Amino acid sequence: MNSFVSTTAIEGQQQAVAAEEVVRLTDVKRRFGVTAALDGISLTVKRGEILGIIGRSGAGKSTLIRCLNGLERADSGEIFIEGRDITGLAEQELQPLRRRIGMIFQHFNLLSAKTVEENVALPLKIEGVSKNERLKRAHELLDLVGLADKAKAYPASLSGGQKQRVGIARALAARPALLLSDEATSALDPETTRSILALLKDINSKLGLTILLITHEMEVVRGIADRVAVIDAGRIVEEGQVWSVFADPQADITRSLLGGIRPQLPDHIARRLSTIAGTEAILSVDLAGPEAQGALFAELSAALPHSFRLVHGGIDHIQNQPVARFFIAIPTRDSGLAGKVEQFLTARSARVEVLGYDTDHV
Amino acid sequence: MTPIMFELLLRSLWETVLMTVASGVISLVAGLPLGLALVVTARGGIAENLSINRALGAVINGFRSVPFIILLVALIPLTRLIVGTALGTWAAIVPLAIAATPYYARIAEVSLREVDRGLIDAVRAMGGNRWTIIREVLVPEALPGIVAGFTVTLVTLIGASAMAGAIGAGGLGDLAIRYGYQRFETNVMIAVVAVLIVLVCGIQWLGDQLVAGLDHK
Repeated sequence: MNSFVSTTAIEGQQQAVAAEEVVRLTDVKRRFGVTAALDGISLTVKRGEILGIIGRSGAGKSTLIRCLNGLERADSGEIFIEGRDITGLAEQELQPLRRRIGMIFQHFNLLSAKTVEENVALPLKIEGVSKNERLKRAHELLDLVGLADKAKAYPASLSGGQKQRVGIARALAARPALLLSDEATSALDPETTRSILALLKDINSKLGLTILLITHEMEVVRGIADRVAVIDAGRIVEEGQVWSVFADPQADITRSLLGGIRPQLPDHIARRLSTIAGTEAILSVDLAGPEAQGALFAELSAALPHSFRLVHGGIDHIQNQPVARFFIAIPTRDSGLAGKVEQFLTARSARVEVLGYDTDHV
Repeated sequence: MTPIMFELLLRSLWETVLMTVASGVISLVAGLPLGLALVVTARGGIAENLSINRALGAVINGFRSVPFIILLVALIPLTRLIVGTALGTWAAIVPLAIAATPYYARIAEVSLREVDRGLIDAVRAMGGNRWTIIREVLVPEALPGIVAGFTVTLVTLIGASAMAGAIGAGGLGDLAIRYGYQRFETNVMIAVVAVLIVLVCGIQWLGDQLVAGLDHK
């Protein structure tokens, strides 16, 4: 906390930068043998923001998050935490810095020989806080995560979700500026995942805590992140506001990661699509923002009656932004119709793509 | 059994318990740090140092490969230096402790090595140093295994102490050989074996109780 209390003008300037950016990475590289785990990563995380980093396993996410608190060392590049470059620091210099960074893990990593309250109090014990004080703080935090009655229990007697709540309480004990979440919900069932994400979101808004999370599940990003960065083969291939990346994914890897949670053309239709001809043209329609909320299809139907049939899709709301994805079928009897529909939709800033032609449907 | 035999049996039991407990405690105090040293200096350990690790391993293996009966004789000069005599119960404690220390170090090493790396990461991520990791993670998490291993060591020491009769250390093993075997006093042999069974079972039961109380996994 007091590492940024400074007297000189230069340090004052740094303080201003630090207040803005909690994390800044420039061209961070890390190799393991011949494979580049991180191949030039640059990114920033602003104070109070939740950044989701998503990628397949082996994409470099774990290495990246471990570089942020020095559990893993970068080969080159700069890693600024609250305005301070940590890449050159010795292990002993990193130790006090790590107390500014909380971390939660996929397998919770609670100490089985310690009770819940002792686990939560451990970061404070390391800091040298007196026993009474650290237990008081532990109880406050257990209250926050809804586990006040489990203070004296051992972790083995808790469910997965409860263990992660303890993990979160422990990560918050030393009042960190940044919380790192390493696949924190990957070992949990969907319902528990939602409750843990809700807790993280709540902590983010209540305490203004900056959160950087890595995951391979788009649901997690969708649930709580403000911004998303997609990592593949050690590089960031796509980055942006969650709703806009969901609405208009650019990289193939992003589309494939989104596969499970965006509407897809149903398989039985996709299988019989022809690229040449059929009785109906099948189009995908993507749009986001205010346009997606309007009476788009009602207007289309008024302008061009009987011009289309809804096949599949819907409107999702991400970060309070409507993100729509529909599949429509247009009869090919009237050869100009598909073109007119496309023109109408494109004029309302929708992205339209002709996927193929269906003949089977009557 | 005559009252004299009974008294002899009691005295021998006391000598066995003394040799076992004294050498056991020494092996615990010396073996646990050695086991820790093996784990922390190993590849990927928190104080990785492969040359120290190899040297330590070689010394431990060296002591462990010498048969106890040989060690007993080979250590006579050292025993004389420490205890002042090479004969008797106290003299036997020196070779027993020296044999049991590397044995226990290996047992402790196995338990310590099995501590989940994720726990070490978690404490490093909190800003803990190596001492914190040893104090808060390695030892407490491995404690059930450390205690169970100590139980095994004690039982092994009871067996080894029988051989210490060769240097006049007394004990139950010595009694069994001299009276039960050499004098064909079968009832002495049976009595000694019965006492040993009770002793071993008692130690094992105590160890198991302790482990059950410590294990929160």
